[in-house]
Amino acid sequence: MNFDSTMADMKVYFDHNATTPLHPEVKKEMIAAMEMFGNPSSMHSYGREARANVEDARRKVADFLGAQEREVIFVGSGSEANNTVLSLFVCGTSQCVSGSKTRSTIITTKIEHPCVLETSECLVHRGVRVKYLNVDQYGKIDLDQLAGMLGDDVGLVSVMMANNEIGTIQDIETITRMVHESGALMHTDAVQAIGKVPVDVRRLGVDFLTLSAHKIYGPKGIGALFVKKGIPYCPLIRGGHQEQGRRAGTENTLGILGLGKAVEMRALEMPKEEERLLHLKQVLRRGIEERIDAVHVNGHPVDSLASTLNVSFTGVEGEAILLYLDLEGIAVSTGSACASGSLDPSHVLLATGVDAELAHGSIRFSMGRESSMQEVEYLLDVLPPIIQRIRNMSTAYIKGGLHAASR
Amino acid sequence: MLQAGEWAYSETLKEHFMNPKNILQGENTDDFDGVGMEGNLQCGDQMMVVIKVDKENDVITDCQWKTYGCASAIASTSVLSEMVKGRTLDAAFHISPKEVAQELGGLPDHKIHCSVLGDKALRAAINNYYTRNGQEDKVKQEQTKVICQCMSITDHDIEDAVLEGARTYFELQERTKCGTVCGQCKDETEVLLEKFKHIHFGA
Repeated sequence: MNFDSTMADMKVYFDHNATTPLHPEVKKEMIAAMEMFGNPSSMHSYGREARANVEDARRKVADFLGAQEREVIFVGSGSEANNTVLSLFVCGTSQCVSGSKTRSTIITTKIEHPCVLETSECLVHRGVRVKYLNVDQYGKIDLDQLAGMLGDDVGLVSVMMANNEIGTIQDIETITRMVHESGALMHTDAVQAIGKVPVDVRRLGVDFLTLSAHKIYGPKGIGALFVKKGIPYCPLIRGGHQEQGRRAGTENTLGILGLGKAVEMRALEMPKEEERLLHLKQVLRRGIEERIDAVHVNGHPVDSLASTLNVSFTGVEGEAILLYLDLEGIAVSTGSACASGSLDPSHVLLATGVDAELAHGSIRFSMGRESSMQEVEYLLDVLPPIIQRIRNMSTAYIKGGLHAASR
Repeated sequence: MLQAGEWAYSETLKEHFMNPKNILQGENTDDFDGVGMEGNLQCGDQMMVVIKVDKENDVITDCQWKTYGCASAIASTSVLSEMVKGRTLDAAFHISPKEVAQELGGLPDHKIHCSVLGDKALRAAINNYYTRNGQEDKVKQEQTKVICQCMSITDHDIEDAVLEGARTYFELQERTKCGTVCGQCKDETEVLLEKFKHIHFGA
């Protein structure tokens, strides 16, 4: 097999967990909104028009989450929302959040997004204690370990609802009940779960929830943070009365309208989509397992996003797979260090006990609303010869066992 | 707006990645005169280089390879395997990662580390050839010792970093990236750090 240097005709985007294309309806809404330049804080007609539309979008987001409008704060990204929630607890060492002075420990997991993990590490230097929950081989957190960690010192527990890399979904409802019984507050990063599985903040019972628009066919640079009514709060970005003083900065009206439309479209399209995606994932998984030997599927067999499949290929480095697939017009991502610019493979896969070699050889396929059976079949045609080609030049693979040289 | 299509790496690298040259077919290395192996799978890359030698003239007539590695590792070893054919063992031994990177049309900084394995494995293959042919006297010991296997950081690199101002383990890591992967070399590195600080600065 030789590659032509011209790009392949067929284009397949299987990296929806990284970001998604704008929904055509969102695009329409945003193009119209570009004319609306008023500052929502202004009292004149321009401002009133912008304010009305921002509040309409807030209502749509609140409806989508089963929340009240006042409980939704627009922020610049999922990362900002997560930073905001965690940073609240720096105030645990001062007087901002009453009662939290003695509850200055945060519990989170080893498989969170870096915006939670790195913020947690930083907060340690500012007087916060952080404990990390282990996960099992499927990426599920250990509830017994959580029970053991909870206590009078814990102020906040932050557990992501669905994992971006392996798709594993946590039982947030149960976790929240445990957390509340111990007197702590509960946050969930639902960036990957929103718009893929039903999310109702009342049913989950959470105090804080993070979402981002660009993972659900909305624009980049806009997200939302749900903060349950009556929960102590402290802004991360100060200096304005916007968002009821909870997030300063003139509202990103274009982004907010895009997010409003995006959740509206999700509410319409999500229910009938899951079954279709699950079928595509089964075909993809079975096809890979049948056509390629020595593969390892990562993530939970059942409690997993229908759109996400993470597979490790023995003896093959992930960046090479990614770039060969890219030459064939297929976009995926990898847990290999080489593709990320760091040198460590996926912290999520390592936390599930996958060894470093298999983590370097992992590929994440994440499908979306427009993914088709034709695309899955194209991938299944293209992938086996690529893996075979790389294995043929690999020191780490011979059929039926490791290459002698690798022992 | 800019268009996609520009590749992450140079065109030369892309060409060698798409159609790598001189890949060893199969597992059998019996036909070769020297075999070298470097790297480890946990760090995400491993390299094997095998050579055939014209014994009259000490000239490399064939060079093949296999790797568990990323695009940079594949392309740089492909280029290297072309460069060494027809060179004497001595000349081939002294090919530097810099020359390989130049031949590839440049590499991003964080990818240099992926490309050094090829020439390390080549040197191991040349030494292996000398050993097999009763020429142990020609085996060239590396002048330096690799301290951090993951990042290929030698004692010389550590000394240079100290001379350039690194005084703590953290500063050393910032400059060289040593010990930033598996971290097993930390103790040895700290001993060297103290040694070089003492030698050069009397600290």
